[in-house]
Amino acid sequence: MNATMAPPLLSVRDLRIVFDGRHGPLTALDGVSFDIAPGEILGVVGESGAGKSLTGTAVIGLLDPPGRIASGSIHLNGQRIDNLPAEAMCKLRGRRIGAIFQDPLTSLHPLLTVGEQLVETITTHLPVGKAEARDRALQLLKEVGIPAAETRIDQYPHQFSGGMRQRVVIALALCAEPSLIIADEPTTALDVSIQAQITTLLKRLCREHGTAIMLVTHDMGVIAETADRVAVMYAGNVVEIGPVDEVIRRPHHPYTAGLMASIPSIHTRHQHLHQIDGAMPRLNAIPPGCAFNPRCGRAEPFCRDVKPGLPGKSHAAACHFPLTEPAHA
Amino acid sequence: MPEPSPILTVSAASCRFDVSPPALTRLLAHEPRRILRAVENISFTVERGTTFSIVGESGCGKSTLARMVVGLQRPTEGALHFHDIHRADGSFGPPRVQMIFQDPYASLNPRWRVGDVIAEPIRELRLRPDEAAVSQRVGDLLEIVGLSRGDAERYPHAFSGGQRQRISIARALATEADFLVCDEPTSALDVSVQAQILNLMVRLQKEFGLTYLFISHNLSVVRHMSDQLAIMYLGRFVESGPAETIFQRPRHPYTRLLLDTIPDVEQPNRQRKPMSGEVPSPIAPPPGCAFHPRCPIAVPNCSAVAPVLEALDERLVACHRAA
Repeated sequence: MNATMAPPLLSVRDLRIVFDGRHGPLTALDGVSFDIAPGEILGVVGESGAGKSLTGTAVIGLLDPPGRIASGSIHLNGQRIDNLPAEAMCKLRGRRIGAIFQDPLTSLHPLLTVGEQLVETITTHLPVGKAEARDRALQLLKEVGIPAAETRIDQYPHQFSGGMRQRVVIALALCAEPSLIIADEPTTALDVSIQAQITTLLKRLCREHGTAIMLVTHDMGVIAETADRVAVMYAGNVVEIGPVDEVIRRPHHPYTAGLMASIPSIHTRHQHLHQIDGAMPRLNAIPPGCAFNPRCGRAEPFCRDVKPGLPGKSHAAACHFPLTEPAHA
Repeated sequence: MPEPSPILTVSAASCRFDVSPPALTRLLAHEPRRILRAVENISFTVERGTTFSIVGESGCGKSTLARMVVGLQRPTEGALHFHDIHRADGSFGPPRVQMIFQDPYASLNPRWRVGDVIAEPIRELRLRPDEAAVSQRVGDLLEIVGLSRGDAERYPHAFSGGQRQRISIARALATEADFLVCDEPTSALDVSVQAQILNLMVRLQKEFGLTYLFISHNLSVVRHMSDQLAIMYLGRFVESGPAETIFQRPRHPYTRLLLDTIPDVEQPNRQRKPMSGEVPSPIAPPPGCAFHPRCPIAVPNCSAVAPVLEALDERLVACHRAA
């Protein structure tokens, strides 16, 4: 888990994404930076509209106009990928970066059998014949835990349950042995007992194949159980990043602390839940200075003027007045 | 707070849906009728001023049960009975029941101003004599749920998810409701907004002596809200009783597994054993105890004889192995 030592697999630097609208440009991501080490699971957590899915979309190069990368860079294994031509990006997607989306029913083709979809993906990315690809597809289905894979491979997505479909989607993402998988809310559409099966599977695959995962979710519980490190996003910024235990047990940013305190506990019953009053600002009304200052109990006039940066430490918070003084190494 | 007295008694209620193909198809293919048993033989009592929660995975019948309680669905067998209550204003009669839905984006008419959305039940039930009194009441309700009087003039699209759920609550309270059925009221909301809505619901319950039937799949939210709790699996209650008793010492293996599998922010990177298998179809539930194919402690008897709810350790459990 010593992410700072290994050279990063994915490196995102000062990424700004802007949507050009009729009333001028809207900045959806405002200088996002983070690294993912090989084989590491980075959780990206935040509330709706914080920009977490957008970050994932930008990394796999699926940003739709009018959204565009205004500045910053994305490097995969040292190679810059944010300015690649569409064709080159298409080759890279699926081969080196896999993707898992929230709804397994919409990410599978309803008119093709599961086997056909797997074989197509494998033959597109790897120099293998159909028969060999089918063997590999079968092996992948077994690996993601689909019972009776020999018969299931010739069935259509509608014949699978939600959890089984998500396993197929994971098998699809693994087809070409990518080094990075972007998983955008992979368990949100599933029941809790199935959710646990899927996160356990993701963790196991990550360990066995050495695949890194960028796990985008709004569910702090899923992050806590699955991720090695976590990046907390708020209004288009990473406000806190660090090892998952540290961020959860000793959050430095007041937003992270508020978020953690507002989750009801399964172990004890409290009379009153902590609540962060107000709501996340809209893109056209992001306050100057620290975007969180109107909702922050610790805000000083200074916070309204100067936007705090994210220090380059292993556990860092973008805050002028962090809650605990980070330990000096 | 009103005296604890039963407000709703559900006795042996069942709800079945006929999902058979058309008669001719069935005749030609020699297929039998197919019956979906959404709710099977459920009995419980809700005390006034308390929260009764129902927990279960999708397809377990919890929403069908909620729809039966508000009268959107008739029970196929059994009965639901609301007891007459004395209200603070001196009136006496059956409780007024309202529902709060899961999706605040789908449950508000986008073409109506918020003021009209809330005023509709007041006008329809003639709870106020004239328009001035109606708009006064709408303004009061908006303030009760933490919005401002001026919000009545705006349309639902101008509000965030949490604010819309506040509007839904104001609309439910507009009828001077005593009993609210809340079907996953916070599952479409972000956690910080969820905390605001849960706090609001707890405050309103204290202020107005409301009774909640709270449907959720989120166990930590349920622990925060509930007095009484029932765990549902494939249309039946498998465990029910005081919420704290069940959370502290779950006795049914399904309840235990549910508590074990939910992600826990207080124990990062915990190694957990996920529950294997999936919820079977309620059209063809497994014989005996419906949970036996997934149960880690099942014995041969479990696949033969369906267990019934029996009193054990201050709660009811339907399990051969619980004792």
